[in-house]
Amino acid sequence: MLSNIGISLIVLVLIFGFLSIYTASLDLKTAGLSINKSIYKLSLFQTTFTILSFFTLIVGFIYSDFSLINVYENSHTAKPLFYKIAGTWGNHEGSLLLWVNILVIFSYLFLVFSHKHNKNFRLYTLIFQNILIIGFLFFLLLNSNPFNSIYPPPFEGLGLNPILQDPALAIHPPLLYVGFVGCSIYFSAAMASLMSGYGGKLFAQSIKTWVKISWCFQTLGIIVGSIWAYYELGWGGFWFWDPVENASLLPWFAITALMHSLIVLEKRNTLYSWVIILCLLTFTLSVLGTFLVRSGILNSVHTFANDPSRGIYILLFLSLMIFSALAIFFTKYKKETYNFNFKSRETFILANNWFMVFFLVTVLIGTLYPIFLDVLISIKISVGPPFYNIVIIPLVVPLLFLMAVGPKVSWINSQNKVFNKILFFILGALVINLFIIYFSKKNSILSNLIFIAAIFLILHSFLDIKKLINKKNKTELSRVISHLGFGLLIFFIGINHQFSLEEDFNLKVGETKKINNYEIDFESLKTKESKNYKAVIGNFKLTNLKNNQVQYLDPEIRIYSNPETLTYEAAIKTKITSDFYLTMSNVSRSDYYNIKFQNKPFMIWIWISAIMIALGGFIQLTSKKNED
Amino acid sequence: MLTKKVKNRTLFLFLFFLLSVLAVFFIIKSLNKNILYFSSPTEIKQKEDIQFGKAMRVGGMVTKDSIIINKKNIQFTVTDFENEILISYSGTVPNLFAEEKGVVAEGRLRDKNFFIADRILAKHDENYMPPEIKEIIEKNAK
Repeated sequence: MLSNIGISLIVLVLIFGFLSIYTASLDLKTAGLSINKSIYKLSLFQTTFTILSFFTLIVGFIYSDFSLINVYENSHTAKPLFYKIAGTWGNHEGSLLLWVNILVIFSYLFLVFSHKHNKNFRLYTLIFQNILIIGFLFFLLLNSNPFNSIYPPPFEGLGLNPILQDPALAIHPPLLYVGFVGCSIYFSAAMASLMSGYGGKLFAQSIKTWVKISWCFQTLGIIVGSIWAYYELGWGGFWFWDPVENASLLPWFAITALMHSLIVLEKRNTLYSWVIILCLLTFTLSVLGTFLVRSGILNSVHTFANDPSRGIYILLFLSLMIFSALAIFFTKYKKETYNFNFKSRETFILANNWFMVFFLVTVLIGTLYPIFLDVLISIKISVGPPFYNIVIIPLVVPLLFLMAVGPKVSWINSQNKVFNKILFFILGALVINLFIIYFSKKNSILSNLIFIAAIFLILHSFLDIKKLINKKNKTELSRVISHLGFGLLIFFIGINHQFSLEEDFNLKVGETKKINNYEIDFESLKTKESKNYKAVIGNFKLTNLKNNQVQYLDPEIRIYSNPETLTYEAAIKTKITSDFYLTMSNVSRSDYYNIKFQNKPFMIWIWISAIMIALGGFIQLTSKKNED
Repeated sequence: MLTKKVKNRTLFLFLFFLLSVLAVFFIIKSLNKNILYFSSPTEIKQKEDIQFGKAMRVGGMVTKDSIIINKKNIQFTVTDFENEILISYSGTVPNLFAEEKGVVAEGRLRDKNFFIADRILAKHDENYMPPEIKEIIEKNAK
């Protein structure tokens, strides 16, 4: 029943996609300044049907309608309601439906909100966006249909992987998808701009808001994923340079570069081709990321289910996208003249772009190189965190300096007034760094440079904020907040890395272990039964021998019933200055429990500063357009 | 005589180009230093030119009844159904580490039969098997 409704709705969306392309191409030839009203209607109907199809699937999950294979495979009647709903996008088919939803909704919103712009540009955008929609709809219908039915319907579902049953992971995919799929609209707009010749400043204005929206959501999505990894995966880290994390970072670098160079296009009407390339690149990388994650090529936490045929379809689609984008780009390419002064803000923004592209290339090579080697000469290798750390961290130092100085340099040509202040800030940073060296045990030239650069950016940003409080310029403020957030993020990651304490050991009930000035006492074990799992809980007493402060940590080993899975829940005590992190595991039912104890300073500040980066973006979205 | 503008632009392009070349060189160089090769126990047995100090990955199935835990570390053997290798690890094993399940260990070889791991990877769902191990098993089943 739901299966038929769902499939009919999807087919309707598909039909409206074709209709939109047809009417839009007819409308291209007519004279006049405004778009035919019927196109608005078509787009609105299309949006309504897509949203309805998504709700149909949600209803299927809420009422556990196991006649849908998708619900049967990913849900269970004993699951809490919240996770039943979140299960809708927790699987491949459902997430693809969400993907299509965002494509369609953005298509409609762009049509409505771009009314100030050139008619043919808007029509072409609609056409390209609908080509994308149709492409993904065929993928959905032929390969990954969430509405496929099963007969006779089973009585009970297989359940959702327990490590996905988590609030952070319930919102992680939608955030990331708005960020990734949101890029589609300026992919289409870039193609449309090439086709219609509507470029320059006006083009920059038309896509500005959309770039910011997708940037904010991507940033937030990555942060939420990272937070989830920290408390759910039980190894106490938050970023691992895992291929799938990398896949989400690739479009982020491209979009960050785009956000900056777009300012140059808007203010100085130059860099048009570069902006177009970045627009095309961002969405291409988003699709590439999806391909890497969904095809199962990558060996990682996210490959919960995979299927090579999906990979082949996405790969085909991706090559088609890249090929047509390049073809259109080169046939329509017009030579531009660049007129840059070395000491101008343009140059600094280009420097930002250079760094972003450098990071992008590094991560791309590190992620794809093992895949190529495997396919070409079937040697299996992996590229670990050391590679990324060696290549990326040294370059963060100059980036931090530029992030502080760059925005202070004025457009076109600037004088050297700022340099006295810079000297003052560097001195301040050096002094603070000396304190850090004094307390830290492990030091390297690089870690010192990172601290100096980060503190420099932080001090600089604080001064900017002080100045801005009187001016009430939201655009400037949002920029300072994002840059300050980045400086703080690097600073706290550095501190966290320098001062964290980690120890693995095995312990029996009743034993104690001393680590530095902490004493860990394994007091007892108890069991607990919950709705969908059973748990063994360890009671640990943690004493700080310096001040005799006592804390209790209760890590769990959970045995979920549907599907039967074992998970280890870390016990985390978060304080303003540091986190205590303790996990407990048991293999082969021996008396010894395997304990991992960590003390991670300023953990919560890492999250706060990362969220600040995203917050800056959101503030900019709320600012009035005529302000800058 | 070149105008100042042209000179500036040439310098700019030259700098940009130089930085990019340096960057790529730097990336490739560090990449070669930091890759980890994956081997099965059989490959380790057969390979003549194996480097013992170098970080690498070993994978296979955890042999039944081979896990021994004591106060300091955990030891187990990994098999590809032809050969076995003993692995020693002091640290927390991941959720899905279990007997007769696929596992990948990262670390260094002490000798051809003994591997000291720095990290154990087995973070998939219960039905999932790392592709490397699947391939080994399929090969040995023939």
